[in-house]
Amino acid sequence: MEKFIRHSGVGVPLRRSNVDTDQIIPAVYLKRVTRTGFEDGLFAAWRGDETFVLNNPAFASGSVLVAGPDFGTGSSREHAVWALKDYGFKAVLSSRFADIFRGNSGKQGLLTGQLSQDDIELIWKALENAPGTEVTVDLDQRVVTCGEIVAPMQVDDYTRWRLMEGLDDIGLTLRHTDAIDDFETARPSHKPRTLV
Amino acid sequence: MGQTLAEKVWDAHVVRRAEGEPDLLYIDLHLVHEVTSPQAFDGLRLAGRPVRRPDLTLATEDHNTPTLDIDKPIADLTSRTQIETLRRNCAEFGVRIHSLGDVEQGIVHVVGPQLGLTQPGLTVVCGDSHTSTHGAFGALAFGIGTSEVEHVLATQTLPLRPFKTMAINVEGTLSPGVTAKDIILAVIAKIGTGGGQGYVLEYRGEAIRALSMEARMTICNMSIEAGARAGMIAPDETTFAYIDGRPHAPKGKEWDAALEYWRTLYTDDDAEFDVEVSIDADALEPFVTWGTNPGQGLPLSASVPDPESFADESDKAAARRALEYMALEAGTPLRDIAVDTVFIGSCTNGRIEDLRAAAAVVKGRKKADTVRVLVVPGSAKVRLQAEQEGLDKVFTEFGAEWRHAGCSMCLGMNPDQLAPGERSASTSNRNFEGRQGKGGRTHLVSPLVAAATGVRGTLSSPADLEPVG
Ligand code: SF4
Repeated sequence: MEKFIRHSGVGVPLRRSNVDTDQIIPAVYLKRVTRTGFEDGLFAAWRGDETFVLNNPAFASGSVLVAGPDFGTGSSREHAVWALKDYGFKAVLSSRFADIFRGNSGKQGLLTGQLSQDDIELIWKALENAPGTEVTVDLDQRVVTCGEIVAPMQVDDYTRWRLMEGLDDIGLTLRHTDAIDDFETARPSHKPRTLV
Repeated sequence: MGQTLAEKVWDAHVVRRAEGEPDLLYIDLHLVHEVTSPQAFDGLRLAGRPVRRPDLTLATEDHNTPTLDIDKPIADLTSRTQIETLRRNCAEFGVRIHSLGDVEQGIVHVVGPQLGLTQPGLTVVCGDSHTSTHGAFGALAFGIGTSEVEHVLATQTLPLRPFKTMAINVEGTLSPGVTAKDIILAVIAKIGTGGGQGYVLEYRGEAIRALSMEARMTICNMSIEAGARAGMIAPDETTFAYIDGRPHAPKGKEWDAALEYWRTLYTDDDAEFDVEVSIDADALEPFVTWGTNPGQGLPLSASVPDPESFADESDKAAARRALEYMALEAGTPLRDIAVDTVFIGSCTNGRIEDLRAAAAVVKGRKKADTVRVLVVPGSAKVRLQAEQEGLDKVFTEFGAEWRHAGCSMCLGMNPDQLAPGERSASTSNRNFEGRQGKGGRTHLVSPLVAAATGVRGTLSSPADLEPVG
């Protein structure tokens, strides 16, 4: 996994609340069995609408999504994260994220930064007034800057450390195989097994 | 201070705890289906890692499976690829799988409890948000993403931070015609689709204790629609009786040991929840949704709300958008809304009791000419059971289509979909835009309301029906 310390890229204002994972990528795209190439499914239902923000050429190369509250609710599909990443997004900013989506994002190296709704509104205005404006997300300092706006960003310490080190989850856990072995030895025998 | 049920189960599964890091939690049961697992197995293969505990893992095919002509090859190429990939992966990694046509095939959240694999005090995960269903047994059960699926396959553990706890106290008694589905729709309407975020909800109180296991599963199933990580209900005699004798239930001395442990699984009197919410069961009516998220629900006797009546600006905007998508006018009585399709099924309401309840309403009646009614059992076993009880005949004589088991129109990954502009009364759990087919409009309802709606063609409860003459 690539390390994430600081990123600057075109900010995309997504003025919608409660964008659920069906909206991020509809179920029909979940049929694939590969890990890459999901960018075509991103926001599929809205891409046909010419007023949709990503259809504005100034935003098309965006890499920082600035979304409304409750982003990523609904189904746990990780394809939502893959679609955002495959499209080129490095970070999503919102005043509130759904838990599973946030968890999935951290593991895939997509930063979910929490900002106050007031700061989100300010950034939306700035981006809409000057489409193509860059947003800088500084994970090290936990701040987002966009022109004059400097907004504090909340990211929990552990996710921040993981992203900054670019660490893979499974490798981290396998350093504790002894503890897992010990736990298994002590597990009660009445617990069910699927194979008999 | 005492502990809540969720805290007890959590603490019993901590493999490793270190300052500033998430707990490493042991997973007792890992359920797998074809949609969220291919990339996880792909990851294992790339890294050369085996499945650590195939004996704690179970796969079933559900999301893509057709509900007609199940003995023919699956026509949709991508559906077929996902299913064939799951079969190959299970064979390669030694995981037990119940494939289409197998008597134990079905929706993953119906199959686990049915086999007796879902038990109190377990940690249960699956790459599916409705894993919360299994919390009805007093298990800590939650949905995970595909990279977590890979993590559990490789290590049988997950690094997690403890959840907060919320008590949902449902006191009183349900009136006839009011069901578990109405309780949970009322809960979501009350706390909102984000109200449970970061919490494990524990459903408690007189009305919950009076429910059957299947009804409890309906409630825990939809905890995720309130944004919660999990829903739980403390196990009791109802729970133990349900598990006893199932294929994977503990036997003999193991049963005694298990029972002794299960009886310790309740929230201590002096434990404190982070939040408590109360619902009055006496006051509940059949609930239906009018909008495009499960929190946009009202009693059936109400009318489509005026977006301007919401205090919050974003609620107003959401309601306006929802009414436009749903093609509804504010002020229309919900009972006047005509539907094209009635869907009875899903992991929320596709179990045998749900089918019995719906069948009891439609027995001896004919469906309205303007609707098609789809009945999709949650598992092949549920289908068999229903056929033994003659429910299939009741449904087909009513004019409904009797289908094979799977997720079906809950999410429309197979051919069972709404056409653009079509409207359904559905016993499933999500009314998001396009969930049941592009442009489709969904009203979430209980099996009783679904059945009565099939009779009248408009959203109805059994109380609206003329007696069978
Ligand atoms: S029935 Fe619906 S909600 Fe349940 S697992 Fe299947 S698709 Fe998901």
